[in-house]
Formats: sequence, C-alpha cells, structure tokens
Amino acid sequence: MADLSAQLQHQVIAARTDRRPLTIVGGNTKAFMGRSPVEEHTRLDLSGHTGILTYHPVELVLTARAGTRLTELEAALAEQNQMLSFEPPRFGPEATIGGTLACNQSGPGRPWWSSIRDQVLGIRMINGRGEHLHFGGQVMKNVAGYDVSRLQAGAMGTLGVMTEVSLKVLPKPAASRTLKLAVSADEAIGIMNRRALESRPLTAACWYQGHLYLRLSGALSAVEATLARWEGEVDDAGDAFWQQLRDQQLSLFDGEAPLWRFSVSPSAPLADLEGEWVLDWGGAQRWYRGEADKARMEAIAAAAGGQVSLYRGGDRQQEVMHALPPALQQLQLRLKEAFDPDHLFNPGRVYSWM
Amino acid sequence: MTQQNTAGREALRQTLAARFRTFIEPEYVISDDETLRPYECDGLSMYCEMPLLVVLPGTVEQAQQVLKLCHQQSIPVVARGAGTGLCAGAMPHAEGVVLSMARFDRILEIDAPSRSARVQPGVRNLAISEAAAEQGLYYGPDPSSQIACTIGGNVAENSGGVHCLKYGLTVHNLLSIELLTVEGDRLTLGSQGLDACGMDLMALMTGSEGLLGIVTEVRVKLLPKPEVAQVVMAGFDSVQAAGDAVGRIIAEGIIPGGLEMMDSHAIVAAEAFAQAGYPVDAQALLLCEVDGTEEEVHEHIDAVETLFRHLGATSVRTSHSEEERARLWKGRKSAFPAVGRISPDYYCMDGTIPRGQLAHVLTEMQKMSDEYGLRVANVFHAGDGNLHPLILFDANTPGEFEKTEAFGGRILELCVEVGGCITGEHGVGIEKIRQMPVQFNDQEVAQFHRIKDAFDPQGTLNPGKGIPTLRQCQEYRSLNPRLEPNSPVAAQAHSHQEAGHG
Repeated sequence: MADLSAQLQHQVIAARTDRRPLTIVGGNTKAFMGRSPVEEHTRLDLSGHTGILTYHPVELVLTARAGTRLTELEAALAEQNQMLSFEPPRFGPEATIGGTLACNQSGPGRPWWSSIRDQVLGIRMINGRGEHLHFGGQVMKNVAGYDVSRLQAGAMGTLGVMTEVSLKVLPKPAASRTLKLAVSADEAIGIMNRRALESRPLTAACWYQGHLYLRLSGALSAVEATLARWEGEVDDAGDAFWQQLRDQQLSLFDGEAPLWRFSVSPSAPLADLEGEWVLDWGGAQRWYRGEADKARMEAIAAAAGGQVSLYRGGDRQQEVMHALPPALQQLQLRLKEAFDPDHLFNPGRVYSWM
Repeated sequence: MTQQNTAGREALRQTLAARFRTFIEPEYVISDDETLRPYECDGLSMYCEMPLLVVLPGTVEQAQQVLKLCHQQSIPVVARGAGTGLCAGAMPHAEGVVLSMARFDRILEIDAPSRSARVQPGVRNLAISEAAAEQGLYYGPDPSSQIACTIGGNVAENSGGVHCLKYGLTVHNLLSIELLTVEGDRLTLGSQGLDACGMDLMALMTGSEGLLGIVTEVRVKLLPKPEVAQVVMAGFDSVQAAGDAVGRIIAEGIIPGGLEMMDSHAIVAAEAFAQAGYPVDAQALLLCEVDGTEEEVHEHIDAVETLFRHLGATSVRTSHSEEERARLWKGRKSAFPAVGRISPDYYCMDGTIPRGQLAHVLTEMQKMSDEYGLRVANVFHAGDGNLHPLILFDANTPGEFEKTEAFGGRILELCVEVGGCITGEHGVGIEKIRQMPVQFNDQEVAQFHRIKDAFDPQGTLNPGKGIPTLRQCQEYRSLNPRLEPNSPVAAQAHSHQEAGHG
C-alpha cells in the first residue's frame, strides 16, 4: 500500500513540459483493448499506487487507490460478506479498480446488479494540466457539479489519470443457483426477456452453445420458490460457468479470431451472421467471433438499437470503436481538450483522432 | 432599470417574439407581463426573475430554430419542464428566453419485451409508470413531486426519490437521451443497449441542470413491479438508536426498497396532518419497506421486525394490507405540507451525509437552531444518507428569510465537513451556488467551467446557475476563511473524523 500520487503528478507535469504523451498502465491486463498506438509512449505506471483508504460496510461505500487490485478489494469485502456487485471481469490477477472503471468493465450481473459506471460515487484524478482534482464523493446521492466520475467510464484514461475511486458496494446474496436448459439462441432471447419481466430474483442470463443459463440470487426462500416454478435443471457447476463467462475463459473466447462485442437492445433478434455467439446480459451484450467488415457490423448493431466494438484481435491500427456522427466526434474532442489540452493521455487509444 | 433600458428591452422582446412567431404558433410565444408572470420562478419561489420571453415549441425542429436564433444573437436560454425544481435552476434570466418543454408530453413507445419506454421530455414522471402498469412494469425513480415533475427535468437534476438505495437515481435508469446543443445540433447519447463506446457523455449530461444542452427525448429503463411490498414502522427513543438500526439492517445483507427516518418535530407534524398512527412521543421514526418476491419479503420483514425489537424500538408495526401500507407512508409523504401547517413558511435543505454521522449532524443542527432562533424538522432518506432539514420561518418577519438562508448555508457546510455534499437530489441552481466553494476548490471549479465551454462557449445555456464563477468562489473564501476543500490537509481532517464512526 503506497501513495504515489505526488510522484504521478510530477510525471504528468514533466510530460506536459516536454510535450511527451503518456500511456497509463495499471495491472496491464487490458492492453489488448482499444486501439494499438502506432508509436510507444512513456508509461505512467499506477500498479504501485495501491491501498484501500476507507471502507465502511454499513455505509456500503469503499474508497481505494486506483492501482488497487480487484483481488485485494474482493478479499476485504468478502470479510464483511459484501461484494463488487458489477462483477468486474479480470484477464489476470493484476487487474485494478482504476482500469476496470476506465474501460467500463462489468460482468454477467450487469443488467440487474448494475455496472461499475453506475456504482462509482467519486474519483480523484490528475488532469492534463497536472492538477490533482476531486469529483463526486463518498455518498450515494450527490448532484453538486457535473458528474465527472461517471464520465470516465469508457474513456480509457483519455481524460486524465484516475488516482482514487469511491464505490457503492452491496451485500452478497444469501443464496445463488443456476438453471440450465437446452434451447436455440432465438428461443433463448425470448425466454431471457420474458423472465426479466417477472418479479423474481434473476441476476444473470446467458445463452452459450445450445444452452440457456439463468442465475437466481437472493433470499434462499425466494431462490428455491423460483427454481420450483421455472423450467430447467439446476446446474451445480453454475458458479464456475459465470466466472468463466465473466473472465472470457469459455472455449468461444480461445484462439486468434477477432472478437466483436455488440451492446444492443436485449430483445433484438439475433443477427443473420454465420458463426458462434455468446448472448450475455439477458441479450444486451452479445459476443461474436469471426472475421467481418466493421461497417457491416456497425449496420447490424445499429439495426439492433446499439453499437459494436472490435473487442479483441483483428486490425487494431484501424478504428475499433463504433463510428461516431461528426457532431458527437467534435464534442468529444472538445471535452478531451477541456481535460487534456496537450493530448498527453493515451493518444489514439479510443479513437485515432483522440 | 432606466427608462431607456426598459424601452430597449421591450423593443428586443417584441422583435424577438415576432421572429419566433414566424415558425411557432403565435399563442405559444408569450411576451406580455401578465402571462409571463407564472414563469418567474420554479418550486423555490423565493428566487424570482421575469424573463424576456417564454416560448413553447411543439416540435424538435421548432426548438432547434429557437436555439439557433438565440445562439446567433447570444441570448440566454433557460429550459423549463414543470417548474417543480427546488433550487431555482429554472429561474428565468432577465435578458433571456425561457424554453418551456411542456408541449413535448407524449409517451412515444412502451417496449415491454426490452423493458424500456421512449418518451418526450415534458412527460410527467408518474405518467410513465401509469402507462407501463398494464405490462406489470414501472419507472424506478420517484421524486416526491412525481405527480407533476417531468422526465426532462429529472434528467437535468438527476432526480432521486425514496427508493434510490435499491433502484438508483435518474442516471441509473436511463438508456439514451436525445438533445439539442446550444447551436441547435441534434445528438443522441447512449443506446438501446446498456452502454455505448467511449466516455460516458450521458452520465455527464444527467444532472447538468440545463447548462450543457436541451433534452428532447428520453429512453428510460422499466422495472418489473415487485410481487409484494411491506413496510415496518418503528419508533425509537433516540436518533442514535434509529441510526444504528439502519446500519444493522444493511449489515444483515438486506437492501430495503425504501428506508426513511423522521425526527420528533417531523413525526408530530406528520401525525397531526395524516393520522398515520405514528408514535408521537418517539424521538425518531423509521419506515423500512421491503419489496420483491413474496418469499423474500416475508423472510426479510421477519428479520427487520426482530432486529428493531432487539435494538430497543419503543413501538413496531408492520403493514398487512396495501391500505395499511399506504397509511404508514402517508405521514412521511405528507411531511412537507404537514410541516407547512405548523409554520407560515419552511425552507427545505438537501445535503447528503455518511449515515454514521447522523446523530452528530442533528446535534450540531440543534445548536444552530437555538443560535438562530429558528425551529428545524428533519426527514432523512436514511438508506442513502440524503438529509432534508426543514427550517421553519415566517417570510413576513423582516430579515427572517435571510437568517434562514444563513442557517441553511451552515447546515450544508456541516454536511461537507462530515464527508458529505451540499445537494443530494435537488441540484445547485442559483440557491446553492454560494456553497459550491465549500465542496470544490478553485481548480475543480475551473475544470467545471472548461467542461461547460466545451458544450457552450458563449455561456448562454442557463447562465449563472450550477457552477459559481471563480470570483464568487474567492468572495466566499474571503468571508469564510477555512481549509481549502480537497487539499491534502482537508482530506486528512476528513479521514480522521471518519475513523470515529467506522
């Protein structure tokens, strides 16, 4: 546990003086995400900037330095029977809370237990002027000033260097069971959306390789009553399935083929694309493996009410995020410059022009 | 205002009105004082200003043209929904146009399979739930003004309600918004999916108080109606005991749908008004509502009742019918008008504090109450730490409102001191702009201004609201010499205090 914020601030100020861009790195488990920069930049390393600063279980609030590993947070929370409700994926044990927020990464429970973007309450960050600033706070309701904390979700560090993150945490459910049933992908989309209309303790829904998995979590009585009522076999390996889905360890995620992520309306019909799919988030997050033309994928995503990104693999010198309309592109660029006028942070990581 | 200025303003008003009437039906361009009068304030009527004009466009294209015209001429634009806001965020600008979104009142689509609704910004909050009820769905956030307030206003203020701990604020219940920029460009933020690529602009827009853009359409998430909801009411003989009980419920792993606390002044006023059966001799009252499946609710209600009794509740009562549940809530829901009956006027504050600091904050507030000679009643969203002190005063007594404001300001400063914030759900507007420097230092305020500049370089969208000028910050600090907020020293003082209630 060490506070490197003064050192990080000096590094940013020095980089600004030298007009030398920085690549922000935490645990370096998400290097594959976003675009690959053409040239190597100096690394700004947050992996040593760690430690839980405050944790009040009865307030459901935790504050940690951005380089703190998810494993450390989860160990502290587990002692109090609490959890990071957004089930952050980890692609290595070094994954940090700062990187998770910057990349807006949330796991299978996201539609019901919300995302890291939803649960973040406040941050400290160093902007491109080398100023160490504080936004939001450690309380659940706070509407003073603009919501700069949630703005960071998905910005991949392009607006600044997050040094501290305050989060809302939740109690672990008393019981959790998984139902499994053999259905087609099309049927699964219908079932997932119908089940989500019921006032039942559904906390994850995913279709993979011919089977629909539904997770029920909450009071034991409610979980058992729902198991009795809903179709499907109880899957004793359910917890392992959700963990492998979260961390992309299922066989679909193996290999080198490009991995596309669709974030779309949960009830959108399955796109007419040859190849293998995983339908997570009750249908709202869909993974597809295969070579494809990005413009075509964007058209498919738009028809399904959402967006697509090339999550892993493929040509990462090109754009990997869904293309923006010009007005939105200009606005994002102006905001980027409002935080980072000299384009120091992660240039070109989200979009080539940013 | 000099006679010449008045004449100039009137001429500008008429010229501009004539321009607007070329593309908006004439009756929807208001330019006479009598009809303008109702627009001079929002729900915080202590702050008033007569606008130059009010326009009520009926289409996005009309609103777009209004914005383009105002942008060309650098005329301020203040967006307005139902005018129920409580921070003077929709108070007009004397030289500006009020852009009322009241005619955008259509629910465009209830999409049950994807659990979403697409609505125009002038649709009332409650109307969404009413329209979705047939499908067994509802919209989560329920600000106490939900019968009248609009979803566009909810987005602008990031409105909450009594169910935030479990179901979140407006920002957690949006899928996408369409908006007009100050130049009149149309943008869509978010999507029908649960996120969008890149920085989260929708989150930034939510709660931005009309300073960054004008919302023209909203897609909200809908939730399945819980099978059942039950409420437990408990009286306690101290605020501390009630506060501890809240902590214990959370520690049990129960997240109530609603968790509200009232102090003795609020209990007495609410009981006299609503006859809800509250224990009038209690020092604090808790209402804990659990919702969900029948099985879960029964299990958790049993646990909550047992816990309250074990922690020394002086009375415990659980609703066993919808009627009884409604009656128990009636007292809490009518707490504001009830307090209105025991005092000529009241002023509602809106700080948030870490829950563990409640007893300390109430004790300090009582000291201030004695010092100012003004009574204060408290209702508290105990689940999420949002405190609403109601200061009782008489606006007809000269100087009493000024005294009330000073008292209110001290309360907000106290909230920040204990690790909270100056506004949980009502917004900054004009009202709390003076206290912004308590929560943010000059560098942070400057960063807010740079965000504003990225959207609105001329500063014509709702000018003078939300974010103080650096000059205002400096004035505040010269009058209130204290630690600079968020400096390392202040941070240390804060964590030191926190150690006391961990």
